[in-house]
Amino acid sequence: MSNVTGKSHPELAADFNKDEPRVDWHDETLWWVRAKRDIAAHKLPEWELLRETASQIKHNVLSNLYTYLQQFEANAQKNGVVVHWAADAAEHNQIVHKLLSDKGINRMVKSKSMLTEECHLNEYLKEHGIDVIDSDLGERIVQLAGEPPSHIVLPCIHKKKEEIGDIFHEHLGSAKGESDPKILTETARQHLREVFLTRRAALTGVNFAVAETGEFVICTNEGNADMGAHLAEIHIASMGFEKIIPERKHLGVFLRLLTRSATGQPITTYSSHFKKPQEGREIHIVIVDNGRSIQLGREDFRNSLKCIRCGACMNTCPVYRKSGGHSYHTAIAGPIGSILAPNLDMKKYADLPFASTLCGSCSNVCPVKINIHEQLYAWRQVIVKEGYSPASKTAAMKAMAFTLSSPVLYRSAGKMGRVVFKYAPFAVNNKLNPWYKHREMPKAPEQSFGEWYSKRKEGQN
Amino acid sequence: MSREKILAAIKANQPEKTDLPDLDILNALTATEGSLVQQYTTIASAGGSFVYEVADFEAIKSILQKEFKPGVKIISGIKELKDYTFAEDVAHELAHSFADVELAILPSYLGVAENGALWLTETQMNVRVLPFISQHLAVVINRNDLMPTMAQAYDKIGNADYGYGAFISGPSKTADIEQSLVIGAHGPRSLSVFILT
Repeated sequence: MSNVTGKSHPELAADFNKDEPRVDWHDETLWWVRAKRDIAAHKLPEWELLRETASQIKHNVLSNLYTYLQQFEANAQKNGVVVHWAADAAEHNQIVHKLLSDKGINRMVKSKSMLTEECHLNEYLKEHGIDVIDSDLGERIVQLAGEPPSHIVLPCIHKKKEEIGDIFHEHLGSAKGESDPKILTETARQHLREVFLTRRAALTGVNFAVAETGEFVICTNEGNADMGAHLAEIHIASMGFEKIIPERKHLGVFLRLLTRSATGQPITTYSSHFKKPQEGREIHIVIVDNGRSIQLGREDFRNSLKCIRCGACMNTCPVYRKSGGHSYHTAIAGPIGSILAPNLDMKKYADLPFASTLCGSCSNVCPVKINIHEQLYAWRQVIVKEGYSPASKTAAMKAMAFTLSSPVLYRSAGKMGRVVFKYAPFAVNNKLNPWYKHREMPKAPEQSFGEWYSKRKEGQN
Repeated sequence: MSREKILAAIKANQPEKTDLPDLDILNALTATEGSLVQQYTTIASAGGSFVYEVADFEAIKSILQKEFKPGVKIISGIKELKDYTFAEDVAHELAHSFADVELAILPSYLGVAENGALWLTETQMNVRVLPFISQHLAVVINRNDLMPTMAQAYDKIGNADYGYGAFISGPSKTADIEQSLVIGAHGPRSLSVFILT
């Protein structure tokens, strides 16, 4: 679903850029969220120490995962929770399907889980005759639109309220032309309340899993995870294994950082701690690898597993804001997604580490201090070395390396370039040259520095 | 099968062990001065909660009587507010039967000034779904139970055993449609916090 077109990031970004006023609106909306993050962060004098502490806790987690995961499993089991392990997306989906089919359940309500997007769970269950309804408002909107989320925290940030009004009119029976967010939200509330009350199974993600206690924490503003989980007979929680934190007290550090970084709120409306199932009900946790253990072994990229999915790197990224989440054609868009995706499939996502200006803004706002832009740069080198770089880029780079390696060629190429710029600018300033898109080419100088310098020397002699 | 495979891969690939950071320095830097009631009120109000400082339960009763018409289903988890259906008496009922509750009134023994959050465990909720499924929620807390930040909050929670617990910081809300804030997404349309002074 994430890349049905097979197009690369620049091609998908070009599609998004066709509607310029929408690009401006998208850009400004996300920058506004980023500005709210700054206000929230600057209110805490200890903010930088908080980031550093979170980063160190996560580093300890990565260095001790083998022990923490087993500790978490043992404690969760002691609490009456059933723990499953899935090596990859297919196994995760099979486990979820089996849990449902064993109980004869064919309808499930789901709250936000980027991991199930990564595993394409909805499509899998649909193929097996199980109806899934996403209950986060943004996710429900994109689900009805037949699209994946374009942002991990703000799933339908790319949609205008009028478009949402049309979708709700078609699927949920709201009045034609109604686009008031209050009325549309109320429509979704009524629709989803019925869903919560009639589903026997609920699936949620996991924000943090505590090794010390075996509990896990889910953060939402809407309360949809709780409505689903508390009303269902069976609650399935899917987590990537990097969601572990050592002790309960560390939740204090991460909950202080998460929403301040995400939306500028001091905390989500609900931070729910699930430890034991209700009497007569079941809680299952599926711990998923799906390439994470490989990333753990890549020294240059393992820090990406510290990510707590706040989305701050997307909101601040000049490329994300102007190209839209869908241009990344992967479940997790933006800068962090661009270092996670090549680990899963280097060939398919070879374009993503190049979708960055390497300005470093992502690394500056990251609450767990992941060196995102440095990893993007490192991925480019790996991708070129492995032979996965885009063909046109490879050809251009090879021609450049050949030219730069010979002084004669370099001088003649420079001269040719100046002549072309002067007498035939259309040969450069055309649609075939990607550098000309949204840019004016500079005027070519009359002579090169080399030519000027040798003439100057002649004049002095 | 997969469990062993995953754990083996992790063991082989995890980096050299580093220590956990000391939280004492961080927590010492955390601001703990000023009036916690005032801080709590400012932040919780900004998050959409209605905050009342009240002298006693009589004051709470009179505010609730003004806000909620007689005849609606109100459930109270507080024995001092027993005019309403007492939560303990109905806790055994099916979770779905609370779908028509207009107001739930519950106690909290831990509030956080820096973010307006109130900690409630299953014991205070009586039924896990109650603070979520009710159309409106009211929480009563003693002013001495307010903590400056999450650091002190988790200190107070310590290693308490609970089946389920939640920090609740306001009414249910969403901004998913064009970032317009809308109160009342799936859960309560309002949160009233009564601080007993």
